[in-house]
Formats: sequence, C-alpha cells, structure tokens
Amino acid sequence: MIAALLILLVLLGGWEAYARLGHVDNFILPAPTEVASALWDDRALLWHNLLVTAQEIGLGILVALAAGALLAIVIHLSPTLRRAIYPLLVGSQAVPIVIIAPLLVVWFGFGIAPKLAIIALVCFFPVVVTTLDALAAVDPEQLKLLRTLDATRWQEFRWVEAPAALPGALSGAKIAVAIAVIGAVFAEYAGSSAGLGNVILQAIPQLETARAYAAVVLLAAFAVLLFALLTLAERLLVPWARRDTEWSRR
Amino acid sequence: MTTRLEAAPPRTTAEGHGGVELRDVSFAHPGRRRGARPVTAVDGVSLSVAPREIVALVGPSGCGKTTLLELVCGLLAPDAGTLTSAPAVLMPQHDLLLPWLDALDNAALALRIHGVPREAARRAAQPLLARFGLEGFERARPYELSGGMRQRVAFLRTLLSGKPVLCLDEPFGALDALTRAEMRDWLGAALAGEQRTTLLVTHDVEEAAVLADRIVVLTPRPARVAAVLEVVLPRPRRATDPGVVALREQALEALGA
Repeated sequence: MIAALLILLVLLGGWEAYARLGHVDNFILPAPTEVASALWDDRALLWHNLLVTAQEIGLGILVALAAGALLAIVIHLSPTLRRAIYPLLVGSQAVPIVIIAPLLVVWFGFGIAPKLAIIALVCFFPVVVTTLDALAAVDPEQLKLLRTLDATRWQEFRWVEAPAALPGALSGAKIAVAIAVIGAVFAEYAGSSAGLGNVILQAIPQLETARAYAAVVLLAAFAVLLFALLTLAERLLVPWARRDTEWSRR
Repeated sequence: MTTRLEAAPPRTTAEGHGGVELRDVSFAHPGRRRGARPVTAVDGVSLSVAPREIVALVGPSGCGKTTLLELVCGLLAPDAGTLTSAPAVLMPQHDLLLPWLDALDNAALALRIHGVPREAARRAAQPLLARFGLEGFERARPYELSGGMRQRVAFLRTLLSGKPVLCLDEPFGALDALTRAEMRDWLGAALAGEQRTTLLVTHDVEEAAVLADRIVVLTPRPARVAAVLEVVLPRPRRATDPGVVALREQALEALGA
C-alpha cells in the first residue's frame, strides 16, 4: 500500500515537472495540480456526470455478467452450438466498437439503452471465456458420482456445474471492469447528453483539458472501486474458490 | 460416437434382492482419438455377489477395477455378457465433496436429489454424522475437514443414497498410511452395522483381508478373475491376526507379486 502510494507520488512529481518545465502547452498536457484544481472547481458538474456514467457501467457489467454466463452455459450444454457460436463470438470481438456504436444509437436512441448495449458488448466476452473454462474444469468423476445418486441432467447442472461456473463468471467480470469504462466513454462519444465521456467530449475542443483529465481520474477511481466490489462479492458468494485448491487441481 | 450393440438384456433391478451377478462380462473403452483401437478393460469376468456380502476386488493399478464398478453402477453398459445388479451407488477414490456445501448438506446430497426439502434432509443426515464421529462439523466446508473426515462424509453420502449395493472404489487410496489403517477399521465397523452388499475395489491386499468375506484377485489389464479366496475369519479382524497375514500372503501370490 505504502509502496503503491510512493510510486504514485513519484509519477505525479515527474508529470508535474514535465508539464511545468517541458515545452508542452497546458491544453495538451495539464499538470497534476491543475487537474486537482479542476476536480475541485468543477466538482458539481463532475459529480453529476459521474453518477450517469457509473450507472451505465454498473448496469452494463450486470447485463454482461448475465448474458455472458447464460451464453457460456448454452455453449457448454450443446456441442453443436459450441461449434456454431464460439468462432463467431471470437470474431465479433475483432469488430471495432466505433463502427457499430452509431448503429446502436440509431436503434436505441440517446438514453441509457445504447450505452448498456455497448458496455455489455465489450464486456461479455471475458465473462463467456472464464465461465466456459470454469465449466470445463468440472471433474467428470463428479458428474458420474451424481448420476449414481440418480441425478437428472438438470440436477447435475444445478448441484455441480452452476456453482462451479459462478467464480468463473465473477473473474470474467473483474477482467471486464477496465474495458467497461472505455466502453462507456465510447458510448457517450457516439451520442449522449451527459456522463463523464460527454464531459471529456466537450472539454477538449474548449481547451479545458484539465477538466477532461479530471473526468479520467474519476473514471479510473471508479474502475478501482468496482474491481474492489467484485472482489468482495467473490469473497462473500464463492468463499470456496480461494481456499479449495484440491477441487480445481484435478 | 458409434452405436454399441447391447449384448446384455436390460439391467434388472430386483427389489429386495440386493445381489450382483456378472456372467462373462466384457467391456472395451472406445479409443480416445478417431481410428484408435478400443482398449479392453474387462474381459469375460463372471462374479456372483450374494446380498449383504462384502467382496473385495484386488488387482494391480489400472487393471480395469474401476471400469468393473462403473459397469455395476450402470454408468457403462457391457459390450458382451450379462450383468444384473440391484441399484448400486459409487463412492470414488477422491471424496468429490461439493466445496459449496457444508458437511451435512454433502452427506444429504442424495436425499436432496430425490426431492427431500433441505431441512428434512439435514435432519435425516444429522444422527448418522454424529454416529460417524463428525458431530460439531455439520457446518464445516469440505476444505475445513481432514482427509479422513472428508472420506467419512463421502461414505455417509453413499449410504444415504439408500441403495442396496455399495461400490467403493479405493475409498482410502488418497489417504496417508496412518489415516488409512484407522479408516479401514472404521469402515469395517460401519459396514457391520449395515444391511448392504459391498464391492470394495482396492490394490491393498491387507485392506481386502481385513474387510472382505471374499477376495477376488484380478489380472493386469484386461481384468480377468485370477483367483477367488474365501475369507472365513471372525470379525473384527486386525491386520496382525495370523489368519489375515496368511490370507495376505495367498492374495499376493495370486497377484504374482
């Protein structure tokens, strides 16, 4: 913790010195002290817009978590669908989101829906992959045992596969946090009336670069907070995933 | 997947019968890769287990003992021969307790699968847990239990399936030697109090001599019956009893060790 703070201080010091003493205009790169004062001066504006973006990201990750886990389960249960869908999924991740963002705005308008769609689109893939890996790691012996206890296919899923998939889906969501933030900014660039992405979009042509950086600082802080929340959820919901190495080793 | 022709008639599950009957049963695992030759695991095994009998299947590692149990449990269908068995339940070598359930829920798993509500299932499993020395560990997660305790919970889960035939696949294979000897004596006592038919797979002839009514010695893969040793010794037996020691020697000789 102290080491992290020290590194942060050194980086900020270097940045400050470069911005002040180097030959960079402050509308290209504002100094950290300028960003800090923008954070304070524009606090009402930033707070209002942070709430908008935070809601988009939080809900977007929830949508991605649900859709990703569901898709992973479908792919896991049907080898045919695995062959049909999985390559398409991987390919779909190569489509730059900027290309389809305007389309989503056309479809869903300027409200929260297109933002959720974009965030979910960029976030669900890691959830699918980690959930599928968790499902594939289920010991086949475990399923055999359940069959001798007269379990149906649904019961095998309910007692073994679904709980085994949960930690996978959660680590996928953790990976998705950072891309979710980028996705939200993209979505707001594509069309929005509020949000931190919208603040950045407007601040840059006005040469209020310090305000844009202040928005970025808030986005980064929110990503860290979200990651911590997901880690906490992991600890509460899947306490076995950390300690029980035996189960996943085989 | 190739369709396998069922040489055997449908498995009959005679109620109250409780026995296991294998006649010339053979099974080959299909090759892993396409075009690979099937691997014969069980070759013409005949075996008749009377209700409430404890039969130990002894053989070298990888000889097809586990396949034999999976056939009895109905997880696999024989390629040739006939197999009839009362409903059988498997207890695998690794406890395979579900890490998301506590000890009591793990023990009561079969009841839950049969639709018993959680509280009723826990109440039914509770006295058995206490009887098997697990009192106070009802709410412990598997990772909080020792290897021996986990194996006891796994055995309880097997018992609570209510099936007349228990297929125990090297139940103590994953334990250290000291715990193993302790668990062997524990299992002997536990089985004495049960009206079940038991098939015990092990590669430990001493375990077989202490626990079984009959020892069936199997050949290396594919499994065939090499020798059958009747055990007519009083219970409880100890590993150091002269009768047990003599039997151990006999079994080792039959194994060709």
